[in-house]
Amino acid sequence: MIQLYNVSKVYENGVKAVSDLSLHIKKGEFAFLVGPSGAGKSTLIKLIFREELPTRGQVMFNGKNILRMKPREVPHLRRKIGMVFQDFRLLPQKTAAENVAFALEITGTSSREIKRLVPAVLEQVGLKDKGDLLPAQMSGGEQQRVGIARAIVNNPLIIIADEPTGNLDPDTSWEIMNLFQDINRRGTTILMVTHASDIVNTMKKRVIALQNGGIVRDEESGVYRREP
Amino acid sequence: MKRAGCTAVNLNSIKYFFKEAFTSLVRNSWLSVSSIGIVTVSLIILGASLLLVVNAEKLAQSVESSVEITAFLKEDVGKVERDRIKDKIKENSAVSTIEFISKEQALKDMKQSFGERSDILESLEDSNPLPDAFRIKTKTAEAVPAAARALEKINGIEQVRYGQGVVEKLLNVTKWVRLASIVTLGLLTLAAVFLIATTIRMSVFARRREIGIMKVLGATNWFVRFPFMLEGIVLGLTGGLLAILVVDLGYLSLMQKVKVSLPFIQLVNESQVILSILGSMIGLGIFIGALGSWFSLRRFLKV
Repeated sequence: MIQLYNVSKVYENGVKAVSDLSLHIKKGEFAFLVGPSGAGKSTLIKLIFREELPTRGQVMFNGKNILRMKPREVPHLRRKIGMVFQDFRLLPQKTAAENVAFALEITGTSSREIKRLVPAVLEQVGLKDKGDLLPAQMSGGEQQRVGIARAIVNNPLIIIADEPTGNLDPDTSWEIMNLFQDINRRGTTILMVTHASDIVNTMKKRVIALQNGGIVRDEESGVYRREP
Repeated sequence: MKRAGCTAVNLNSIKYFFKEAFTSLVRNSWLSVSSIGIVTVSLIILGASLLLVVNAEKLAQSVESSVEITAFLKEDVGKVERDRIKDKIKENSAVSTIEFISKEQALKDMKQSFGERSDILESLEDSNPLPDAFRIKTKTAEAVPAAARALEKINGIEQVRYGQGVVEKLLNVTKWVRLASIVTLGLLTLAAVFLIATTIRMSVFARRREIGIMKVLGATNWFVRFPFMLEGIVLGLTGGLLAILVVDLGYLSLMQKVKVSLPFIQLVNESQVILSILGSMIGLGIFIGALGSWFSLRRFLKV
């Protein structure tokens, strides 16, 4: 579903973030992206999300070359990608339900559909009765559930999660990971950047290790370890 | 469903746009108020100068259409002498009509044009100072100066007068009014656009986090930009409406006053002309608002 061919990215200030990287992620996969900070993980996500364009190489998403995409097609690419962040990125003045509804409003969904979809997705993430709470009235784990609900409500092909448990305690982290696994079982591809070694080691999923802008290790049911 | 986002402008989105626009307006209230203020001032100047121009033009036209030569006779000219002068005038090939205006008729005419205030002229009743005169029309307006010069030479004619100079002066004034108002309007419009651009920039800044989230969620450019565009247009429109109120009320009361104290001046009151002036004020208001937002969005909202 995602294919990168010999992709390099050199920023305008001369920083080489990614060099000659090739990567395939298949539909339905669950993959961890690991590596020290500065290894190029964020750039890789930005390249898939078309926030940055590669200096060299090609990026394919769902059979489409995203480099050849017109600017007005980009929003439609992004609707097929659900993003989840370490800092949740919820709108503080909107309730949980409104934050989820916001993702639907943006895509021009009818209010009837919104009324139907929002409670369903909130129930799926385990926030059935918390739709009317503001982010500030919720725990970190609950806020992240809202973030996940917002990411999946538009039925994306892939969820890209950037350290989704980075701000959460171990128990809550596991609850969130179980939620991701549940979503993955329903067929959504998941690519997750993480530093949580115990999670990676326990879940035994594909591990893609980055270092200095290149892939140094790519294993099915891999582990988290310091690269030599 | 796949393409829903690029075509659907549902009620929901529209509600969202208005809500966002008004939230921003309230958040930047002092900037909003000053933007509206400067739009109002510039549009008042636009409206006032347009009204001045159309009125001056109307006045010039009415003077021009009645360009005629008045030849005042010497006081001692009698009936016979008068007929002789009339024949002499008729000899001039440029002349088309001649009308004799007696001094009594002249006073009556004057009274009529003063309307309700004709009491001013009451004291003149006994010793009418107005001379007898011939009112002469020429076949073309251009022939007036030459004909006037020729008439001056006829014996028994005291003085010859025509309105050419008045017309020129009037049109000259209109020209200056127009130039001055274009320059002022241009400067004020620039200031208004700048202030609106600043207001919109503040709104964009206040909501940069939200904009970032919208981009991540796959909002189209116009969806992100529209509330800001709307905010600018609301600022311009509000300024325009206030200006219309001021100009319209001002002009109405001016018409009232002129009718009472200067009854011989006819102000333009065709509703079509006035409506198109008010319409152009609103139009410019909206344009200023849209232009201001557009500048800001281009510079500060790369989506």
